[in-house]
Amino acid sequence: MWIAKVIVSYKTGILDPEAKTIHNALISFPEGILSEGYRDINKVETGKYFQISFSDSIDREKAEELTKQACDKILSNPVIQKYTFQLEEVSK
Amino acid sequence: MKFGVVVFPGSNCDHDTYHVLKKVVGAKVEYIWHKETTLNFFDVIILPGGFSYGDYLRVGAVARFSPVMREVIKFANSGGLVLGICNGFQVLLEAGLLPGSLITNDHLRFRCQDVYIKVANNKTCFSRSYESGQVLKMPIAHYSGNYFADKETLKILEGTERIVFQYCSLDGNVIPEENPNGSILNIAGILNENKNILGMMPHPERAAEKILGSEDGLGIFNSLLRES
Repeated sequence: MWIAKVIVSYKTGILDPEAKTIHNALISFPEGILSEGYRDINKVETGKYFQISFSDSIDREKAEELTKQACDKILSNPVIQKYTFQLEEVSK
Repeated sequence: MKFGVVVFPGSNCDHDTYHVLKKVVGAKVEYIWHKETTLNFFDVIILPGGFSYGDYLRVGAVARFSPVMREVIKFANSGGLVLGICNGFQVLLEAGLLPGSLITNDHLRFRCQDVYIKVANNKTCFSRSYESGQVLKMPIAHYSGNYFADKETLKILEGTERIVFQYCSLDGNVIPEENPNGSILNIAGILNENKNILGMMPHPERAAEKILGSEDGLGIFNSLLRES
């Protein structure tokens, strides 16, 4: 059975205020709580994760086609978002 | 002139809009359930504010796939008048009926307050009751009202006078200090290319009776009535 693991995130240049806030929180931790070096975290991005499972009758090629359609039509808004996905074969 | 107010699961300004149209404006109005597939009887369709489908996935994204939206898209593409308020604006953007997108407010806070907006274009079916440059007081109530579009789209919107409302100061200055959510160019409302679809974040239906603090929103409904 094929599954698709999809990550939808913002395109470069689109304001991601949630990520900015998380980044600020991370780098403003008081000394001694996180290991040395966390202040060098340059950037945080946020996104959404989707896992899609297909029927056994769907082969890899079809799963890829369907996932791409789902991403283009529903899971992402192409005005502001981009997506990546990986296909994996799993046994039930 | 008959108005239809679409009711999605999670709409919460549908009753306010219906009330204003029926009791304040005195227009003919009916609710349209989200499973409805016939819109023949209407002259204006309003997509109201709220949290359609719980704002799951992205604001407006799931509503866009409801049965009624297929008909709203057909209605709009054949020249029918469509007004999207707040969540309704978000649905229109997701449906591709208006360009751009509404993203999370830049300060990450839900904003529920009165704002001032300037009538940037009063030569539209939706704003003809107003003076050009008139300043209106209306409430906003949203977390995702930060309008975004790429430079090319903005240039087109500006060049074709499709920006109808912009956040401004009491005396009509469109300045960053009066921008409640981070919207590019202080945009509060825009039109489609054919100018028969308006999307706006402020709530005219909540500013249509004196007792509620402002009647400035009435002009939008009255403008539409003058179409008939």
